[in-house]
Amino acid sequence: MQTHALGPVRAARRPLRTGLFSIAALFAAAAVRAAELPRWLQLPEGVSSYSARIDGMFRLILWITGIVFVIVEAMLLYFLFRYRHREGRKATYTHGNNRIEVIWTIIPALICVVLALLSRRTWADIKQNMPANALPIEITGEQFSWTIQYPGADGKFGTPDDIVSLNQLHFPVGRPVVATLRSKDVIHSFFLPEFRVKQDAVPGMSTRIWFDGMRTGHWEIACAELCGLGHYRMKGVPAKPTPPLKPGRN
Amino acid sequence: MSTVAVAHEHAPGVHAAPTSFWRKYIFSLDHKVIGKQYMFYALFMLIVGGLLAILVRWQLAWPTKAIPFMGKLAPEGMPGGHMLPEFYNSLFTMHATIMIFFAIMPILIGAFGNFVVPIQIGARDMAFPVLNMASFWTAVPGAVVIIWSFFVTGGAAAGGWTSYAPLSAIQPKGQTLWLIALLILGLSSLLTSVNFITTIINMRAPGMTFFRMPLTTWALFITAILLLLALPVLSGAMIMLLFDRVLGTTFFLPAGLVVSGQPLKNAGGGQALLWQHLFWFFGHPEVYIMILPAMGITSEVLPVFSRKPVFGYRAMAYSMIGIAGLGFIVWGHHMFQSGMNPLLGTTFMISTMVIAVPSAIKTFNWLGTLWGGSIRFTTPMLMALSFVSMFVIGGLSGIFMASTPVDIFIHDTYFIVGHIHYVLFGGSLFGAFAGLYFWYPKMFGRMMNDTWGKVHWALTFITFNLVFFPMHFLGMRGMQRRIYTYTEYEHLKDLQPMNQFMTLSLFVLGAAQVILVVNFFLSMRRGKVAGPNPWRANTLEWQTPSPPPHENFTEIPTVYRGPYEYSAPERADDHWPQSEPPSGPVRASAH
Repeated sequence: MQTHALGPVRAARRPLRTGLFSIAALFAAAAVRAAELPRWLQLPEGVSSYSARIDGMFRLILWITGIVFVIVEAMLLYFLFRYRHREGRKATYTHGNNRIEVIWTIIPALICVVLALLSRRTWADIKQNMPANALPIEITGEQFSWTIQYPGADGKFGTPDDIVSLNQLHFPVGRPVVATLRSKDVIHSFFLPEFRVKQDAVPGMSTRIWFDGMRTGHWEIACAELCGLGHYRMKGVPAKPTPPLKPGRN
Repeated sequence: MSTVAVAHEHAPGVHAAPTSFWRKYIFSLDHKVIGKQYMFYALFMLIVGGLLAILVRWQLAWPTKAIPFMGKLAPEGMPGGHMLPEFYNSLFTMHATIMIFFAIMPILIGAFGNFVVPIQIGARDMAFPVLNMASFWTAVPGAVVIIWSFFVTGGAAAGGWTSYAPLSAIQPKGQTLWLIALLILGLSSLLTSVNFITTIINMRAPGMTFFRMPLTTWALFITAILLLLALPVLSGAMIMLLFDRVLGTTFFLPAGLVVSGQPLKNAGGGQALLWQHLFWFFGHPEVYIMILPAMGITSEVLPVFSRKPVFGYRAMAYSMIGIAGLGFIVWGHHMFQSGMNPLLGTTFMISTMVIAVPSAIKTFNWLGTLWGGSIRFTTPMLMALSFVSMFVIGGLSGIFMASTPVDIFIHDTYFIVGHIHYVLFGGSLFGAFAGLYFWYPKMFGRMMNDTWGKVHWALTFITFNLVFFPMHFLGMRGMQRRIYTYTEYEHLKDLQPMNQFMTLSLFVLGAAQVILVVNFFLSMRRGKVAGPNPWRANTLEWQTPSPPPHENFTEIPTVYRGPYEYSAPERADDHWPQSEPPSGPVRASAH
């Protein structure tokens, strides 16, 4: 066993190459099969214009973490089997290898930074850049209901033609809605799972979000932030558009 | 003047062996006794926290089904055995609070830290034995107050373990006791952290350089620094919240609050999000406070039972330092959907993605440690291996929520609950179990039964995954955390069978812990006598009798080498104690 000093370096190279190759192959397979993940590995149906982007990011991370998971756990199990104690075999004496440390520092760092950069754009489009021509609405949370206010025909809030609904969100199909979220008492979180919308409603703050629904359906609004004993029943429904909210009307 | 004279005569931490029962077992200054006290404290609270979890999961599996005997035990929260929503909120709040602050931290830091660190560095005791005793006896009233809070009007705190204001400012009295209990416990942890830092810096045996310290000691050193820097922020925030509740201040109460139709008196000028910033500035380092010691224990156990030096010792130490530093600039990832400026969310996403790297390095180094080893599957080893494999899941699932757009969907869902349990149970608790089986012979002088240990491991490992892995799927379906009945929602109704399966698995998981408790107590009397070094390990705690005598060593050892010199090629023996002089037996037989 004179190869102690060099052994790990040499031994490390081949599995590394094989590993990188198999990762690339798996990614290729992933790209081909991306749309065909089984139902239980997907988020619920998405009905907003940006839901596909969130789901795409989710799918990408699922593939990457899934592959890393399989490789790491497989290596773990293989090592446990391969290097189990047997009489007469002594463990390899090594304190590690700086080269391989650098490799397994840089690769995860690159993957993570790329994921952050990919996420950044989607995040900015969803939470920072508000679309033009959106319908403004106001959503106010309180223990334990959602009040949703529409500006009415004049497009302004605080005028007599405002429309108020309780726990019912009417939205114009296909047109973005910019909602100003507020809370009267404690923090609530406006959660529309199928729209991929979640935003806390914080007392003392006005938070603007936007979303759109490409079609109508039977969905529910949930509160995602613990807000007291009735938190579990603080729900509402996104409903079909009412006459004053028809698409294209300002 | 006399104290000065005494200080000159004795090394720090040295005190006479106690003779009375009280000074020996109750108000002991001995770090080993204090470590054991913390262990019993933590195991008791672990049972309490586990029972609360069973009630939580009962409600999730059978939302309308009564538990008759609970109607007698908790008539206010569960009249006739039917759980009320506010009681449910108390249950998960207290489950998390007790597990995090009263079980996991005390067992990892209080029990193993206290017992192991001074012996591992070759010291006679902690630097400040009286402070050490004070830390433990400060933690006790903390536990008393938190349990007492169940019995006050309105029940225990019900605002979640994160206690977001303003909800936590307007909750019933239990929330005040929650704050007082955690303030007391925070003081105890601060005393402990100062003691650890001082001990590790000043009291290492001759030759014990920083880079010859065992990784458990490294981990606890960094944990103590994190505690020292993070806890005062939590304490400050909790004092502010306490003032909001009892003195009428408005640190977290903005103007115009209307609660149940009534304007809240005095509200105005405060900020709700301020609590979250302060809480998570502590809360994220806290996550590492709970995982670093378990990482240290794993790094200790893997080389011993692989009979191989730890792979990348320095990378292990540096990655822990990296985690500690980065841990202070990632807190905003808990607040992506809070209304915090979304641009700030992007910066926190980047720092969060970066903090995944040191954890990845550690995982790869653990694999590297196993590579080429001669692996013995003892119970502590199985627990440490479980730590590695489960921590991988907890770490990888964290990447989903680090990505801001993905977090929009999974934030505050069961996906998060699954993630935190893979880190804190799959990680911290398996690490604690590894430490328990590993150091038990040192603590009590006898071995735990290995067969029953393996049964305990197998049942725990399997049922742990059956309980917690499905949580990811619940979250992916959009099931929010902290809801009393998800069956209220049409889109979540069909999740009930999965929830029932998880609860049934938890019953087995809970029952499996009885094996541990029985094994723990029976082995104290019936276990095989361990001898000083049953695992043939290198670190200093194994070079002294089990249990170690008062002041740990008959003579302070001198350290000649690193802690993990296993299977050195020039030696026939596969272990090489840190304190064995270099001129020692080179070709001596193994036994």
